Amino acid sequence: MDFQGFVRTDGLVGVRNKVLVMATSDCAEPTARMIVQGFKDAVSITQHLGCIAIETAPTLTGVAKNSNIAAVLVVSMGCEGIEPEPIMSEVSKAGKDVELVKIQEIGTTRQTIARGREILQRMLEKACKQKREPFNLGRLAIGLKCGGSDTTSGIAANPAIGVMADMMVDAGASVVMIEPIEAIGAEEYLSHRAVNEEVRRAILKWISDEEKRWTIPGASVDFMCRGNIDGGLTTLEEKALGAVHKGGHRPIQGVLKNRRDYLETVPRQGGFYLQEGTHEEIPAITYMAAAGVNIIVFATGRGGVFGHAICPVIRVTGNPETWAKMNEDMDVNASTAMEGNESIESVGKRIFDEVVAVASGKLTKSEQMGFDNFALWRYDSRLEALLGLL
Amino acid sequence: MKKAIMIDDNDNVATAIAAINTGDEVEVISSKQEVVYRIKAKDSLPLGHKIALSDIKKGGEVKKYGTPIGKASKNITSGEYVHIHNVQSNRLPLTKHMLSYK
Repeated sequence: MDFQGFVRTDGLVGVRNKVLVMATSDCAEPTARMIVQGFKDAVSITQHLGCIAIETAPTLTGVAKNSNIAAVLVVSMGCEGIEPEPIMSEVSKAGKDVELVKIQEIGTTRQTIARGREILQRMLEKACKQKREPFNLGRLAIGLKCGGSDTTSGIAANPAIGVMADMMVDAGASVVMIEPIEAIGAEEYLSHRAVNEEVRRAILKWISDEEKRWTIPGASVDFMCRGNIDGGLTTLEEKALGAVHKGGHRPIQGVLKNRRDYLETVPRQGGFYLQEGTHEEIPAITYMAAAGVNIIVFATGRGGVFGHAICPVIRVTGNPETWAKMNEDMDVNASTAMEGNESIESVGKRIFDEVVAVASGKLTKSEQMGFDNFALWRYDSRLEALLGLL
Repeated sequence: MKKAIMIDDNDNVATAIAAINTGDEVEVISSKQEVVYRIKAKDSLPLGHKIALSDIKKGGEVKKYGTPIGKASKNITSGEYVHIHNVQSNRLPLTKHMLSYK
C-alpha cells in the first residue's frame, strides 16, 4: 500500500512540508515567533530550558533533520550555550537548506526579524514547489503515545492502536514507543518480544533504569494510585500491560538510545522499536520526532487536545462520553469497541486507514486548529551519573 | 445482556464494558467480537473491572492480555469479581493504605 509523501535529499520521506524556524535559546524565542507570523507552512520552536541546557542539542538537531521539515532557519541570540553551527552542519549533511540569523551580529531584533522573514519567504517559495509522490508504507515511521488515560484506554484504544502498529510493521513501516515508566511491570511481556538476547537485556535495562530514576529514597513516586484501583486496575502488571499494548505484538528490534550528546534515530529497515525518554506528552513526542518519527498516534480516554510542531498527532479515544462531547477534537472513535459494537481489530483497521490518510495530507483535528505545541525534556546527566546510568 | 471483553484467547478474566450486577448473565466477547463465554455473575462490579472466566486456585496465575497480571491470593471461582481483594501483584504488592481502597 502507498501513501503520498515528500521525499528529501537524504532519501527519507516526510508527511508534511514545513519550514522550521528554530530559536536556540528562550532569549531568541519572540524573534523566531515574529519571523513566522502570518506565514503558512512555517513553524517556530524554541529551546526553553535555559542557556546551558546543552543536553537538548541532539533533540534540536533531530527535529531539524525530521523529514516533515523542508528547510531550517536557526535564530540565535549569539551568546547561548547551544551553538547553532554544529546543529546546522548536521542539517546540511542531511541535504536540507539551513540558514542562520544571529541577533547580536545583525544588530537589533527588528532587523533580525526583517532578515529572517526574507530568508523564510525564499525557503517557503522553494518548498512549495515540491509535490507529494506515492511511496510504500515502509517509508513511514510512526510514534505511539498515550495520555489522559482512563479505564477505556487499556481496553479499547490501546489494544486497537496495537492492531494498527502490527499492521504497519507487517507493511514494512517503523513503529516507535517511548515512556519507559509505563513499562514498569511489563518486563516479562516486553522482554519476550526481543529479537535477540542483546535486545532482551536492553529492554530490561530500559525499564530498570527508569525505575531507578523514580524510586530514589525520599523522592520516590507511587506507580499505582487510587484512580487506577477505582478504575479497575488490580496490579502494576495490569496497568503496564494496558499501556504497552498500544505497541502491538511484533518482535522488538532494539531500544533507541537517547543520551547527553547523541540521540539514536529510527533505523529505516522497518520493525518495532522502543526509545529512551520521558512519559511527559509533548517532550516525549519531541523525542520521537527527533528520532525521525513522522506521525504520532495518541490514545486518550479523557481527551488530550494538543498537537505538535513537527508531527501530526492522531487522537484516538475509547471513552464514549469523551467522543460524544469532544469529537470535534478527536480523530478516531474507539469507543465502539468499549460499547461492544465493533471489534478491536476493526477499530485497529480504521486507525490504520486514518494514519495512511494523514500521511497523505489529511489534516488532523489539532492541525485544523493550528496547534503546534513544542517542548523539550532535559536529559539530566547529573542524575544519570549519580545513579550510575551513564 | 451485560457484556465483558476477553482481550486475549489465553485470558482467564474478562473486563466489564458495562456495570454488572450479581446474577446477571454476562456475554463475554473476544477482540474479534465473537461470543466466547456466557457466565453468570456471582458479584456486582463496575465498568472496567474484571470477572473470572474459570476457577483460579489460590496461587494460580491471573491472566489478562495473554500475560499474568498477578496471582490469586485466595481461591477464585468462575463468575466472581476479580480485584485487589483476591489478586496480588508479583511485581509490587500494594501498600496497606491502597488495599483499603475498594
